[in-house]
Amino acid sequence: MRKRSLDMVHTLAKRDERVVFIGSDLSPNLLGEMKKEFPSRYYMEGIAEANVIGMAAGMAMDGFIPYVNTIATFITRRCYEQVAVDLCLHDLPVRLIGNGGGYVYAPLGPTHEAIEDIAIMRALPRMTVTAVCDAEEMTRLMDATLDWPHPVYIRLGKGGDPVISKAERGFAIGKAIDMIDGETGASDVLLIATGVATTQALKAAGSLAADGIRCRLLHVHTVKPLDADAIVDAAGQAKLVVTVEEHSVVGGLGSAVLEALSDRLTGALPPLKRLGIPDKFAEHYGSQAKLMESFRFDAKGIDATVRKLLAELRR
Amino acid sequence: MIHKTASKYATDLDLVQQATLDDRSRHLRRLIFRAIENGGRGHIGPALSLVEIIRVLYDDFLRHDPAKPKWRERDRFILSKGHGCLALYAMLADRGFFDVGELDRFCHFDSFLGGHPETVVPGVEACTGALGHGLSIGLGMALAARMTGRDSKVYVLMGDGEINEGSVWEAAACADKHRLSNLTAIIDYNKIQSAGSVFEIQNMEPLTDKWTAFGFRVFECNGHDVEDLRQVFRDAAAYTGDRPRAVICHTVKGKGIPAAENNPDWHHKSDLKPAELQIVRSALGS
Repeated sequence: MRKRSLDMVHTLAKRDERVVFIGSDLSPNLLGEMKKEFPSRYYMEGIAEANVIGMAAGMAMDGFIPYVNTIATFITRRCYEQVAVDLCLHDLPVRLIGNGGGYVYAPLGPTHEAIEDIAIMRALPRMTVTAVCDAEEMTRLMDATLDWPHPVYIRLGKGGDPVISKAERGFAIGKAIDMIDGETGASDVLLIATGVATTQALKAAGSLAADGIRCRLLHVHTVKPLDADAIVDAAGQAKLVVTVEEHSVVGGLGSAVLEALSDRLTGALPPLKRLGIPDKFAEHYGSQAKLMESFRFDAKGIDATVRKLLAELRR
Repeated sequence: MIHKTASKYATDLDLVQQATLDDRSRHLRRLIFRAIENGGRGHIGPALSLVEIIRVLYDDFLRHDPAKPKWRERDRFILSKGHGCLALYAMLADRGFFDVGELDRFCHFDSFLGGHPETVVPGVEACTGALGHGLSIGLGMALAARMTGRDSKVYVLMGDGEINEGSVWEAAACADKHRLSNLTAIIDYNKIQSAGSVFEIQNMEPLTDKWTAFGFRVFECNGHDVEDLRQVFRDAAAYTGDRPRAVICHTVKGKGIPAAENNPDWHHKSDLKPAELQIVRSALGS
């Protein structure tokens, strides 16, 4: 997903001379081909995120479309004021590509784990917040970013993530995607997921369906602007709603869904459970998969939660 | 504590202190107070120290067209110390970017002139107010000019307190790396930040050495002497090297109103009293 995202910057640069790449001290030879082909539109800057965001803003004010890339925690936490003021207040078409959303950098510890990036980016007016589920969908997102008139945060997964998206389901920024053929209406459980958590949710839906539990899965690759219409409509036809995200349960997808349902759903809210990272910094290293398992939002954890909640509802 | 570099300029500082203001400088200050009087508030000291800098830039150096504020070939001026915006508003109104009468609505509910400048104001290039942002934005603009083969120049005016911000020095290092000879950093060195003397709150001396060490070609001048300012910007323009420029302007906070000069109490006022307005009128004429 990461490689595809960056390769797409090069592809877009060929297509449109407004596209510029700005990295902040990334790997040697990153996007080397783009550097060779478009040296004047390739910038590898130092470890200075605040400056890099301002620099991108200055270029965008002059008509360029900068794609800025560094580790997700640094491109969100470190330069939050620059993102808020330089990008969002000016409503500039700068794209922030954040490496390692969630627990991708599990072995590196909490300084490198972007657990609240969606929440803080989502809180900024005019910011678009995206977390696609695989490399193929990344291609479609990157295509769509070229002419999107607002700043965009692009959350990256680990890379090598299984491809579950399908081109025929379509793609548009701000439109949720139904991931299970034939399950687009009433359901026992509506799973709503974003990023690579959608892969876990899809797997859980498979094991639940095998036992006759009707699962609908909405993949929300754009957490902001949220596809509230689709979510409200689907939730209105579900016995249970479970949100799944590799992100803190404070302020992320689950919160966004609750806000939309609370504001827009007429009548009673369906029971809703948010799965994700509890409100704490990681206390273990290991791997992304291991941490997701320990907080029970991997496929097995989702499956178990849904069965338990449905059993409780039946009582 | 007075740092040695400041002492070195002690004579100059006296000259800065004594610089007299001509009709145009007093006129621009009267426009500033027109806004303050109507808005009921404003950053006074920080605006009064930069009037001559901004005046010389717009009158003599900046390529601009008030009828076409977005003209692509224009030079860019960013007031990074956004709290000095009253001086910018006065200048832009005076040059015809918008009607002078708009100053009467400063900070009103439906005015476009707020306590910090935003790009809804014709002629304002960037929303500033949060400090330490302007130089990075300016260097992005300077790179954009280079990428598109335009000879537009970019000027970024910062406060001496503002340059406490680490992001300023990230930007300085980056401007040096890219050899941005089309970028000029200007420091309004009035020696007083919000809480008191810059030498006590956060001394940035030796300032000339710092900017030089960061790769800038540094110039210094009396920031209230219009002729001195013209000369230093001419010198900066004549410099043919490939380094970004820094112009350190020695100024007086509150310049032009004796009671406000070097007086932190006049940094921001939200309740100018009739007696204080009388002080202003007698200093500037009406």
